[in-house]
Amino acid sequence: MKRTADCIIVGGGVIGCSLAYYLAKRGMTNCVVFDSSYLSSGATGRCGGGIRQQWSTEPNARLAIESMALWEGLEEELDRDIEFLQGGYLVLGYTDDDVRQFEANVELQRSLGLDVEVLTPSEIPSRAAPGLDTRGVRLATYCPSDGSANPFLTTQAYADAARRLGVEFELFTPIGRVLVNNGRVAGVETGRGTISAPIVVNAAGSHSLMIARTAGVELPITPWRREILVTEPLERFLDPMVISFSFGIYFRQTRHGAVIGGFADPQEPPGFDQTSSLDFLTTMCRKLTRLMPRLRTVKVVRQWAGLYDVTPDAQPILGHVPEVEGFIQASGFSGHGFMIAPKVSSLLAQLISGEEPDLDIDRLNVRRFSDGSTAGERSVV
Amino acid sequence: MKDDVVICRCEDVTYGQIIEAIRSGLTTTEEIKRVLRCGMGPCQGRTCSRLIARIIAEECGRPASEIAHPAVRPPARPMEIGILTGEDDEENR
Repeated sequence: MKRTADCIIVGGGVIGCSLAYYLAKRGMTNCVVFDSSYLSSGATGRCGGGIRQQWSTEPNARLAIESMALWEGLEEELDRDIEFLQGGYLVLGYTDDDVRQFEANVELQRSLGLDVEVLTPSEIPSRAAPGLDTRGVRLATYCPSDGSANPFLTTQAYADAARRLGVEFELFTPIGRVLVNNGRVAGVETGRGTISAPIVVNAAGSHSLMIARTAGVELPITPWRREILVTEPLERFLDPMVISFSFGIYFRQTRHGAVIGGFADPQEPPGFDQTSSLDFLTTMCRKLTRLMPRLRTVKVVRQWAGLYDVTPDAQPILGHVPEVEGFIQASGFSGHGFMIAPKVSSLLAQLISGEEPDLDIDRLNVRRFSDGSTAGERSVV
Repeated sequence: MKDDVVICRCEDVTYGQIIEAIRSGLTTTEEIKRVLRCGMGPCQGRTCSRLIARIIAEECGRPASEIAHPAVRPPARPMEIGILTGEDDEENR
């Protein structure tokens, strides 16, 4: 393990690995990525893999649209198949609130050039999701250029590309604490010794809470268990990710053929529990058969859980903190970090190398929680 | 062993692919599972986990007893969604 670096990244998920790649690509190759376990062992490797551009506020929609532009070229850029697929996202609306919100969303998204449209319930099976039971659906929005990718392969591809440029990865190496000297970050203390660097990035998902605390920084992040399941592989029958905020579900068919999906239990208490529950399994199966009756005879192969790192406005915390110079935050993604990782990491790489980011991320600085400048996002699963 | 011997029968993963993964730096069963899918099929690694742990041990020169197997996830065996709903589904069939 080297003893000094230009930048240390704590967390080997999609954020840490993509940031390492974009930094190295800009010439900052003397970086070290740490993870307490293997790559994508945390939230990244437990996520549903969806990539959505349909957001309800302009800055979030812009960030997602620019991220998709990077996703579209990623397999070529990283020279690896990451199972990227633009099968679309179908968002189902059931309530008056949904109808109002979706109409506003579509107007905003179309003004940004997004290929999104409103579908009536009778149009849904033929246009987007054959076999979908649309009882109770008032309307849906459908964006064919939304998509998905394999989280493990994506993270591995970013890491391998970063490694080829000179970045080092120290896996199975937990961070003891972040070292601070006179209000400036000095490096990190690990189980295998100390390494010094003028920049330390905290990309440890829910665990970023504890990492930040070792530097005397308190982040408004709450860990929440989210569960998910996967079925045996089926012949392709479904292209888009199907989601509904009011019904509470998301599911898609992977390129491998399996159906993968979950829902957020509003009764879930906060905490670091990552065990699987029978309640989730039975409720998810009821939701799935209600929306897609043909899945009744399909077998569930596996269920697991992961942690959402949720902030008060469900938006990530990016950039500098007032307490410690050189200590950069990249966490609090609240369940949608994977989809925006390419653009977020590109912007952070610009910020770290002293350039003006080409899209405003200052609005996502942790400062917003103390000066009251948060803008709520409505489209969160 | 021949490179084309199938180690994970559910996902068709060969000995050669596993050796290649280990040599690329993936030296735990969890990492190999995530990149090659071995152990993600219907048998959930009941057949291949031990074999893969042994291949890692041989390739890395470590005792097989030190190689951890991947986490076991529920359900214990693949189960129909219609049964798991717990609803009386006679008329839905």
